[in-house]
Amino acid sequence: MVSLSEFFAIFAMQGFNGLSVFCVLLLMALGLAIIFGQMGVINMAHGEFLTIGAYITYLLSHLTTTYAPSLQPFYFFGAVVLSFIVAYGFGYLTELLLISRLYKRPLDTLLATWGLSLAMQQTFRSIFGAKEVSATLPDWLLGSFKPTENIDIPINGLFMMVLTLLLTGTIFILLFRSRWGLQVRATMQNRVMSGAVGINTRKVDRTTFALGCGVAGVAGAAFTTIGSTGPTSGSLYIVDTFLVVVFGGAQSLIGTIASAFSIAQTQSTAEFFLTGSMAKVLTLSAVILILMLRPQGLFSVRVRK
Amino acid sequence: MSNAPIGFESTDHPVLAIEDLTVSFDGFKAVDKLNLYVQRNEVRVVIGPNGAGKTTVLDLICGKTQATSGSIRFNNHELTKMSEHAIVRVGVGRKFQTPSIYENLSVFENLEMSFPRGRKVFGALTFKRTADVVARVESVAAEIFLDQHLYTQADLLSHGQKQWLEIGMLLMQEPELLMLDEPVAGMSVSEREKTAQLLGRISQGRSVVVIEHDMDFVKSIAHKVTVLHQGKILAEGSMDKVQSDPKVIDVYLGH
Amino acid sequence: MMGLLILGVLLLVVFPLGLDIFRLNLVGKYLSYAFVAVGLVLCWGYGGILSLGQGVFFGVGGYCMAMFLKLEASDPISTKIQSTPGIPDFMDWNQITSLPAMWQPFHSFSFTVLAVLAVPTLLALIIGTAMFKRRVGDVYFSIVTQAIAAILSILIIGQQGLTGGVNGITDLKTLMGWDIRTDSAKVILYFVNAGLLFACILFGRYILTSKLGRLLMAMRDKEERVRFSGYDVASFKVFVFCVAAMFSAIGGAMFTLQVGFMSPSFVGIVPSIEMVIYAAVGGRMSLLGAVYGTLLVNFGKTYFSETFPELWLFLMGGLFIAVVMYFPNGLAGVYEKQGKKLMAKFSRKKAAPPEPAKPKAAAKTDPTDIHLDGANLEASK
Repeated sequence: MVSLSEFFAIFAMQGFNGLSVFCVLLLMALGLAIIFGQMGVINMAHGEFLTIGAYITYLLSHLTTTYAPSLQPFYFFGAVVLSFIVAYGFGYLTELLLISRLYKRPLDTLLATWGLSLAMQQTFRSIFGAKEVSATLPDWLLGSFKPTENIDIPINGLFMMVLTLLLTGTIFILLFRSRWGLQVRATMQNRVMSGAVGINTRKVDRTTFALGCGVAGVAGAAFTTIGSTGPTSGSLYIVDTFLVVVFGGAQSLIGTIASAFSIAQTQSTAEFFLTGSMAKVLTLSAVILILMLRPQGLFSVRVRK
Repeated sequence: MSNAPIGFESTDHPVLAIEDLTVSFDGFKAVDKLNLYVQRNEVRVVIGPNGAGKTTVLDLICGKTQATSGSIRFNNHELTKMSEHAIVRVGVGRKFQTPSIYENLSVFENLEMSFPRGRKVFGALTFKRTADVVARVESVAAEIFLDQHLYTQADLLSHGQKQWLEIGMLLMQEPELLMLDEPVAGMSVSEREKTAQLLGRISQGRSVVVIEHDMDFVKSIAHKVTVLHQGKILAEGSMDKVQSDPKVIDVYLGH
Repeated sequence: MMGLLILGVLLLVVFPLGLDIFRLNLVGKYLSYAFVAVGLVLCWGYGGILSLGQGVFFGVGGYCMAMFLKLEASDPISTKIQSTPGIPDFMDWNQITSLPAMWQPFHSFSFTVLAVLAVPTLLALIIGTAMFKRRVGDVYFSIVTQAIAAILSILIIGQQGLTGGVNGITDLKTLMGWDIRTDSAKVILYFVNAGLLFACILFGRYILTSKLGRLLMAMRDKEERVRFSGYDVASFKVFVFCVAAMFSAIGGAMFTLQVGFMSPSFVGIVPSIEMVIYAAVGGRMSLLGAVYGTLLVNFGKTYFSETFPELWLFLMGGLFIAVVMYFPNGLAGVYEKQGKKLMAKFSRKKAAPPEPAKPKAAAKTDPTDIHLDGANLEASK
C-alpha cells in the first residue's frame, strides 16, 4: 500500500513528468480554442501544423549541428520563432484557399481539413521520409532539477512551462487587450454588425486561423523535446486536443487551460498505476462521460438565444 | 369589433396558471415573479415595449427556456418540468415570431407533419396517409385560406401565407392552448383582417395567448389585455382600461 | 427502381460472370464496406448525424463473427501442439490457460448472429441516447464518435490475450464445418453478401419513403420546429443511428467471412473517416450512390497503392476536399444534374409544364434512385 506522502510524491513527480506533455497539449488546445471557439471551425489538420513546427525544429537542429556547431545551443529559440512564422503562413494560406470557402458548414470543414491532413502527412513523408527523426536537444535543456529528495523536475519541462506561460499570456493580452482582439471577439459574436462597422471580417478570420496554427507550430517545437517526429506525429494529439477544447467549454480560454491541466494530469497519474494504453482509455472515457453529463463543457455562459 | 368578454367566465380553475415565474440570464431578470392566469376560451393579448419579456414568457410556457423558479400549470400539468414535445402533446401549440415552416415540403406535407399520429418512431415508420388524414389536412387548409395552394412548395408562399401555414400546422395538432407570437407582423391590411377573422374562428373552444404590437388588431380580438414591462405585469384589463392607464401611457408611448 | 435493377444486374450478373474468383472476392470485400456507407446515407445524409466512428460497429460485428470462427478453428485436435489445446493460438502465446468468459457464448452460431445484430445496435442506442437526449451539438457528437473509435481500437490492441491485439484474429477456417477458404465458398459468400446488401438498401428505402424519412429531413433543417410539432427529436436520431450501426455490423461480419480475419485496423479513427468518404463520393443522399462510391474509391485505392503509392494519400486527401467543395451530393448529384440536362433536351418538345402531381402513398422522391431532385434534397451540412 502506498503511503500518503509517497502518493503525493508520485503525484507531483508524475505531474512534473507530464509537464511537457501538458505544455504541448495546452498549446495545441489554445490554438484550437482560438480557431474553434472563436470561429466555430473544426481544423482536423491542426495536428499537422504541430508536425510543421516539429520538422522545422529538427531541420534547424540538423543544420546547426552540421554547419554551425557554435550556434547549436541557441538554435532552439530560433526554432520556436521560425515554427510560429511558418505555421502561421501555412495557416493563412489554408484559410484563404479552403476554410473561407466553407463558411457556415462546420461538418464539411471537418471533412475537408481531414483531407488536407492526409495530403500534409504524405508531403511530410515525401520530403522527410517515413522514418521518425529527432532533433538534438541543446545541452542546457537536458538534466533535471532536484528541490527535494523525492522530486525530480526535468529542465526541459520547466523551459516548456515558461514558454507556454509566456505564449498563453501573450494570447490573452492580444485577445482581450488589443484592438485586433476586440475585432476578433466582435466578429465572433456578431459578424454582420462587425462588418457593418467596418471590420474586415474576412481578414480577421484569416489572421485568427493563422494565429491558431502558429501556436500549434510552437507546440511542435516543444514536442521535439519529448519525442521523435514522424509524418503522423500530429495525429497523436488531435483527438485529445479536441476533447480538451470541448471539455473546457470551447469559448472560454480559462476553461481550456483548466481542461488541459486536468486531462494531462489524469493521464499522467493513471499511467503510474495502469499501462499506458489503459490510462489513455480511462482518461478519454472519463472525459466523454463528463461531457455527456455536461455537454456545454466546464465553463460556459448562459445567454438568451 | 367588440371587445366585450364573450364566451368565457372567470373561474377558480384557469386553464393556464403562471405563478411566481422568474427567469434570469446571468443575473438579468427577463421575467420577474410573474403571475398570470388565462381562462378557458379566453383570448389574451400580451403587449409591452420591446424587451419587456413577452417572447420569453411564451418560451417558458412551451419549454424552450428553463425557468429559474416558479410554476406554470396547464390543466393538471406542471409545464416547467416537461420537455418541449411533451408539452405539445398535452395540448399547447406555439407559433414563432418568424414563420417556422418546412420550406422544402409542400403545404400539404407541412400540415401532414403536424397530424397528431405517428409521433413516435414506429408510428412514424408505419404511418399511412389515410383518408382521415387527407380530409383533415384539406379542412385545415381551407380555414387558413390555403386550400388552393395545397401542393405548392412552402418557400414559394408569401410572408402572410407562411404565417397562416404555421397557424394551420398548429391547428392540426388540435391544441387547447394556442400561443401566437406577432401573428400579423409583416402582413398587409387585408391580410390582417383575414387573420383577425381566422383567430376569431379558431379561438372558439380554445384559449389563445397572443403577443402583438398592432393596437387596432389587438382591439379587434382581445378579451383581455396584459401589459408587460421589465418582466412584470404593469396593467391588466380590457383594452380601453389599459389604454387609459397612466402608467401604461407613460411607459409605452403609443395609441 | 431502375437504379436498383441496374445495380442488381451489375453485382449479381456482370461481376460474377466477368471477374475471376480473386477479384470477385475483392469486390465482395468492398461491398462489405458498402454496408457502412449505406448506413451513413441514412444517418448522415438524411439525419445530419456525422458519425466518424462507424468502424466501431463494423469492428464489433466483425469480431463477433471472428470469435465464432476462431473457436471453431481451435478445436482440441487441431491445437494439440499448444500448451493449452482447445483455445485460440494467440491466447496460448499470451500464456492464457483457459478460455475467457467473454468468449464462451461464441461457441453457438445463433448466439453469434444475435450478437452481430444486437451488440452494436445496443452500443449505438446507449451512445445515441446519451448524446442526443442531452442535445449535444453536431460537431461535438462527431468529435466524441472519433474518441470512441480511438478508445475501442486502443482497448482491442492493448488486450492481446483477449482479442489478438494488433494482429487481430486470423487463421479462420470453417463455418460450421463448411470450409470458407475454398473458391466455391467465396462465390457463395459473395452472393450472400450482395443479397444482404440489397436487403439493407431496401430497408433503408422503406425508412426514407415513410413519414420518418420526411421527419429526418425536416429535423436536419428545422429541428426546433419538429420538436414543437410534438416529436421527440432525439428518439428519431437514435433510431437512425442504430440502424446505421446495425448495417455496419452486418458488413463487418460478412467481411470476416469473406476475407478470413478481423483486426483493429478497421476500428479506429482513420478507417472510420475513410468510410465516410465512400458515402460522400457516391452521394450522401443516395443509397445506391453509396455502393458505387465505395466500389470506386476502393478500386482506386487498390490500383493507386500498387502503382503510385506515394500518390494515393494525396489523391484521397484531394478527394475529400473536392467532394466537399464542389460535389456535395457526390456522384449521384453529378449524375442527377447531367441526367436533368439530358431529360431537358429530350423533352424540349413538351410545351406546357407538367401539373403538380397529387401526392400518392409514396413520397415523390425515391432515395434509391440516383435521380434525386437536387432542389429538394440539398446536402446542406
